[in-house]
Parts: sequence; structure tokens; C-alpha cells
Amino acid sequence: MRARGRVIKSGEAEGKALVSKEPISFYGGVDPKTGVVTEKKHPLKGKSVAGKVLVFPNGKGSTVGSYIIYRLKKNRKAPVAIVNEESEPIVATGAIISDIPMIDHVHISKIKNGDLVKIKGEVIAWKSSH
Amino acid sequence: MLLTREEQRILDGEEGPGKQKAMEILAALGKIYDASRLFPVKSVQVAGVSYSNLGDAGLEFLEELAATGVKATVPAMLNPAGMDLLNWKKLGVPKEFAEKQLEVINAYKKMGIRATCTCTPYLIGVKPEYGQHLAWSESSAVTYINSAVGARTNREGGPSALAAAIIGKTPYYGLHLKKNRKPQLLVNVKTDIERISDFGALGYWIGKNFPGKIPLITGIPSATVDELKSLSASIVTYGGPPLFHIEGITPEALKGIYPKPEEKIVVDEEEIKDARAGITDETGKVDFVAIGCPHASLEEIKFISELLRGKRVEVETWITTSRRVMEMAKRRGYLKAINKAGAKVVPDTCMAVAPLKGRFHVMATNSAKACYYGRGSNKFKTLLCTTEECMSIATGGKR
Repeated sequence: MRARGRVIKSGEAEGKALVSKEPISFYGGVDPKTGVVTEKKHPLKGKSVAGKVLVFPNGKGSTVGSYIIYRLKKNRKAPVAIVNEESEPIVATGAIISDIPMIDHVHISKIKNGDLVKIKGEVIAWKSSH
Repeated sequence: MLLTREEQRILDGEEGPGKQKAMEILAALGKIYDASRLFPVKSVQVAGVSYSNLGDAGLEFLEELAATGVKATVPAMLNPAGMDLLNWKKLGVPKEFAEKQLEVINAYKKMGIRATCTCTPYLIGVKPEYGQHLAWSESSAVTYINSAVGARTNREGGPSALAAAIIGKTPYYGLHLKKNRKPQLLVNVKTDIERISDFGALGYWIGKNFPGKIPLITGIPSATVDELKSLSASIVTYGGPPLFHIEGITPEALKGIYPKPEEKIVVDEEEIKDARAGITDETGKVDFVAIGCPHASLEEIKFISELLRGKRVEVETWITTSRRVMEMAKRRGYLKAINKAGAKVVPDTCMAVAPLKGRFHVMATNSAKACYYGRGSNKFKTLLCTTEECMSIATGGKR
């Protein structure tokens, strides 16, 4: 499957999708040392965002979240790319300062956990890994 | 968003990686908010200063950006830090924290940003004018300057304010546009709102019950700078947008440029009582009295100095302010009585950003906003009082 989104931070990346139907708060919700989602009751709780194409509707929470994304990158625990339905400033700024390719305006419901995802500029392509 | 040729060159990296990063942030925000273009700003106020919020990640980002040699191109100043930058030892700040905090400040200074470390830059000579466009961050400062002065700014995050300081522009959207500044809710006040803490309680009530709605408040005959600053801080902390209008007081209301909103509510004695109760816990013994959220003005310090003259505090008492106001207060002799009473005037920081968790348990304050941060990050029980009541508690008396 292929789609076009809107470029927030341009770049190329490839990886397995980690999909959340819920918004993500990086500050207080993701451990910057391990990349593991720690927010109580979050659908991704216990899973690591490291090396994944992280797919979620939008960011939420404190603006410090931008720096948490930067810290994940420094610790080599960041996602390789971020795909949002509608991006907001916290995650967008985090992706920009951390050089993580990011697009939004993508219907994320079609992407499944574990799909192989490629992003290049505004184009996103994915296929089942089975 | 359309970029000029010059802006596109910066985005393409032709003026170096630091300016490129700054332009990337502004261009992305412009895209997200559907801004038509970038617009020049007169000044920038940068939040994201306390090391307890930034952590090592934030510090590293700032140092790397500073190392690219970028500089602010418009007047830019900092929000409060996590400690008094000079006398941190006396205030019990751990050395490891202090060193990191000073590294944060140095990175900002290297980028040409003034280490004013205050949430009230408008009290120390930074005086934006009606209609001017700014990129400010700290929520109470943004609300004050939008509402009491009629300047125009969105509430910037740390990195977007920094980017605006470097480029000298901000995306033109949100509260920069007149059409987004119209009042949406008429708040008819039928009780006396006279004290700093009353204005805080009113802001709490409006923000909590009508989140995101710009109010036009009627029925307030007069308001001082300190009272407007208290309302600014609480309304936005408890869910309101960073803009309000008061009939007969704030400039956009005085000019009568907006139609009156259709939705109407009444605030009476009962609502203010509820608001005060909402931010006051059933407390044990107060072990911390905090004034100066937002940072205390010269007038507030003078008033406190009169209240404390010849007395002695029995409870740890902080009056947080900007260094500049502290120095003015010292020259005018206001600090003598305060120091003699054993209270502390603490510059550069405040109870919302200093790492105070565990040091105190029950805080009395005249600030509705301080109650929010006291309860949240510091896990205090809180008590909203008038300034006189705070000083009475501090000196061992009753509320």
C-alpha cells in the first residue's frame, strides 16, 4: 500500500511499524533511557519505540516532550520515523531537532503493527511482514 | 506557508545548520497551523530554562545549537531558572543541580539571550506596546501581554521561542490575527474582586469551567498591574486561553473593537468561595509561605516589607522576584525589614520551577497558580490566602 502525507521533517527511513490508536505523551510517558512506553493504561505500555516507525494519531502532554525525543535519539532508542494523523508542535519540534523523518495527514488505521514501512519525502509505503 | 527567498535560503541550510534548524521549526509550525507567512517579532521570551524540566537532553540540545554560532536577532530574554543563579548554596540547592543549571544559562547567553530569568519581563523595562507582535512562552507573561497590553503573541514552546529569537520571526496564525482575539463568553462579575488572591480565584473559576474560551469580564471597576498579573497566571493555568478582556480596563475592550459574546454567565460571591475552596486543601501546619508567582513587583515587595516590619517569621518564607526588581527594592530600602524578619527574597527562580519536592509539605500563598504547581510537581498541600494572611501565618499568627 502507498499513500502521500505531508512532510513535517523530510528524510528517508525504513522499519517495522509500531502502531498506537491513542495519542502519545513523550514526557512522562516514554522512558528516554530505554525507549519503553511507561504510561499507565497506554496500549503500547511495555513496548519499545526504538528502531520502529512509530505510528500514532498525535502527541499530547508537556512541551518538554520535544526534548525527550531528542534524548531518545542521543541514547539510540528513538523511532526511525514518525507518522501522525495530525501532528502538533511537541512531537513535530522533537522530530525536527532530533533529525527523525516525520510525516502526517496519513490514515493510520490502515497500517498494522509489524508492517514493513518505508518513508521517503511525502510518500509512505507499507506491506505486511507475514 | 509561503517563504520569502531569504527564508528559503536559510531553510536550505545556506546560512548554517543552526539557523536551518530554527527555520525548520518555524516552517513546520507554520504548516501545522496553516499560517500564511512568517511575521517579524519585536521581542522573544524563552521558556525551558529550569534544568529540572530540561534534563540532560534539553541541555545537550541547547549546547549543540549554541556551538553552531547562532545568535538571537531580536531582543530575547529567559524565563525563571531552577535556582537563584548567584546564591544557590544559601538556598540549599545541590551542587550537581546548580552546575547543570549554570550550563543551561551559559548556552542561552552564548546565543545572545539575556539571562533576565523572569516571568514578568514587563516589570523590568521590557515594555511591548499595543498591537506589537511577539513570540513569548511563559503562560502568565503571554496572557498578561495579550490581555493587559494588547500586544499579540501565541503561547510558544521552548524550542519554537528559541527559533523565533534566532530568525526574528514567528508564523502568522492564532492570536496574531484579530479575528482570533474576539471574546466568546461574557462573564458578569457581581461580587467584589479586590485582592490579588480574588483575581486568582476568579481566573481559576473561569479557566476551569469554561476552558479555551476567551472571556469578556464585566463588573470589575479597577485593577492594578499586580491584580491583572494574578488573573493572567491563574486563568491560563486552569484551562483558559492566554487572552482575556475586561470591560473598561483592558485596551481591546476599551476600544470596543469586538462584538459582545452571546454566551453569558454570572460570577457571584458563591462562585468565588467555591474557587477558593477548590484550591485550598484541608491542611496541617503550614511549613512554607510563598509569594511571587508570577514574580513579585516592587509594589508587592514594599507592601510585604511594611507587613513584616518589626516582626520575625517562624515559617520558611520566600518572596520570588526578578533580580532587577530585587535590586530596585534593595536601593529603596524595602529589603531591610524583610531580611531582618528572616524572610527570603529569592531572585531568578520560583516555586513552580525550583526542585522543592520533599522540602516542604504545606504551602500558603496568595497565588492561585502557585497552588496548581505546588500540588502538581511538588506534592504540597496548598492554602490560598491574601498577602496579609500569608504574612500573618509566616509570623506565627492565625490566618
